[in-house]
Amino acid sequence: MPVRTEREWTRDDPYRAPDSSDPAGSRRGACRVAGPGSQAVTSFGEPEAASGALRGGTSRRRVRRGGGAPLPLLVPALIGLTFLIVPLVALLVRAPWRSLPGQLTSAEVWQALRLSLVCATAATAVSLVVGVPLAWLLARVEFPGRGLVRALVTLPLVLPPVVGGVALLMALGRNGVVGRWLDSWFGITLPFTTAGVVVAEAFVAMPFLVISVEGTLRAADPRYEEAAATLGASRFTAFRRVTLPLIAPGIAAGAVLAWARALGEFGATITFAGNFPGRTQTMPLAVYLALQSDPEAAVALSLVLLAVSVAVLAGLRDRWMTTGG
Amino acid sequence: MDDRWTAARRKAAPAVRSEAFDAFDGFETVEAFDAFDAFDAFEEGLDARLVVARGAFRLDVSLRVAPGEVVALLGPNGAGKTTALRALAGLTALTGGRLRLDGVELDGMPPESRPVGVVFQDYLLFPHLSALDNVAFGPRCQGVTKAQARARAAEWLRRLGLAEHVGVKPRKLSGGQAQRVALARALATRPRLLLLDEPLAALDARTRLEVRAQLRRHLAEFEAVAVLVTHDPLDAMVLADRLVVVEDGRVVQEGDPSDIARHPRSDYIARLVGLNLYRGESDGHVVRLDSGPSITTTEVLSGPVFVAFPPSAVTLFRDRPTGASARNLWRCEVAGLETHRDQIRADLSGELPLAADLTTVAAAELDLHPGAEVWATVKATQTHAYPV
Repeated sequence: MPVRTEREWTRDDPYRAPDSSDPAGSRRGACRVAGPGSQAVTSFGEPEAASGALRGGTSRRRVRRGGGAPLPLLVPALIGLTFLIVPLVALLVRAPWRSLPGQLTSAEVWQALRLSLVCATAATAVSLVVGVPLAWLLARVEFPGRGLVRALVTLPLVLPPVVGGVALLMALGRNGVVGRWLDSWFGITLPFTTAGVVVAEAFVAMPFLVISVEGTLRAADPRYEEAAATLGASRFTAFRRVTLPLIAPGIAAGAVLAWARALGEFGATITFAGNFPGRTQTMPLAVYLALQSDPEAAVALSLVLLAVSVAVLAGLRDRWMTTGG
Repeated sequence: MDDRWTAARRKAAPAVRSEAFDAFDGFETVEAFDAFDAFDAFEEGLDARLVVARGAFRLDVSLRVAPGEVVALLGPNGAGKTTALRALAGLTALTGGRLRLDGVELDGMPPESRPVGVVFQDYLLFPHLSALDNVAFGPRCQGVTKAQARARAAEWLRRLGLAEHVGVKPRKLSGGQAQRVALARALATRPRLLLLDEPLAALDARTRLEVRAQLRRHLAEFEAVAVLVTHDPLDAMVLADRLVVVEDGRVVQEGDPSDIARHPRSDYIARLVGLNLYRGESDGHVVRLDSGPSITTTEVLSGPVFVAFPPSAVTLFRDRPTGASARNLWRCEVAGLETHRDQIRADLSGELPLAADLTTVAAAELDLHPGAEVWATVKATQTHAYPV
């Protein structure tokens, strides 16, 4: 991995920041206005109804009254807005529109894009299979140390992804705590493979799903499960036939967040899975690499990711609007 | 669940009867259930002593209910009625006592294995399922095939007059319809114990009247044990054959509705049915109250008694009435006044705290206002004393 200066590193950063904190951030803000939504602040996919009510309620009215916004608030607000928008506009302005068709139809781009989509989807699937039950456990079962477990689950959310990658190497690397046995017993090697990309992305993305689903579960009325029990449903049947359909919108929102996070994952992937074209080189890695040799290609690739992000956001907005109304 | 339940019953029944039980194994119809009941009359119904301790609150309620009987647990909010219901359903664990249904111990059995159906206060219909699938949910959980479960559900909905609403999602149902779907859902599992938590509380006044009458009819048709919980005395009296009044976690009175209305044994019931109620020691015609004054009655009793009289039996005077005709005469002070239909109810404190009803004209003539001093009399013939 070539050494980059700090200034250059930061260029990669914005595109981690927007997709991880933007949709969540806007909801957080909405929750704070409400006051009683303090529980919602801790999680992302939290009560859709609550945020929906807010959107149509006090917060909207307050924003509309903002015609007379005081300058000490208005000026920094506009600076902040500009700061968030200008880089994206710059990306569009500097896009090599003429050579774009050629850039985007090259084999490498499609390879990287396909790998990214496949790995992000696989990571989301893994997160769903183990993350939803984990969220149920955290929301519905009282056990000692539950608070600690929840903190551990959320840790990857705030952990720098590179650290996550190093941690994964220590655990699942060839000489890792677990990886050693995987290698000698089953001949399974995860680092620097496509499966390794999925592992790294799932590690970083799963907490988003767990926190989102747990929030939805807490907001869902547990008495529906009791009603199911009185009708003869075992706890698992009640979960499968009653709880799961009830929290489906929360699961979908969590899955989309996790997927977007996995798609943009850079640090843990490059640390744990490396940067082999066709095998572990996902879009963000391709962008990073292209920027050194062919900046035009980097911009073209970035545009693709931007388009995907916008599509995801539009999808989420639509969901929030319709389910929260 | 059906199978497990049958097996459990068979274990509880005397061995000689096992052949006869086998003959009934394949029962599919309600009629077969009835025959089963008639045959197996030895320890039918509910026999429970529910003890639930939670912090400072302790519920200790004994219940015996025969099949076909409807019992209402009536009491103020926080009396422990809902806790009792949850304990019967298995949603709250007993800390003591016993819980037997048709001779089988239910305590320790998980809720999904109990032959119990519950109609929850806000119905808790599954919002993602149609009315039909809500009702079919129970039979499906009991292992019935999807087609059979739906057929059974459709039959229940038809029986409750909801044939046109089979495919409708709960949020499109009116309050009364949702209540009937909830009842159908509970009945579709063929429970031996039907529990209803405040079945009419979620309805507005107009639908309430209609639904109350319907519910009464459906409960009368139900062949097993039904227990309902309510804080509304009218609901309890219309729907139930027997009332169990629960206050502060224990039973304060039990009996048929008219008996309880005429002979209340607690302030709560007396207020609900609109009576002044006192407790005292009777000696001949005179009852000396625990609080001091005495009341003359027509009954001749001795020992501890209750005395009750309606607020309409009270006559008020601004000045002490002359003549000795009214032996029941007390000096009181007006503590409050409120309009009660076309009358005014005066809340009096003083020698004997009581409620008195009078016309608006009389109230104006007496110039009643809070703090005013009045004399209250009651004729002995309008009081009613009965032993504690």
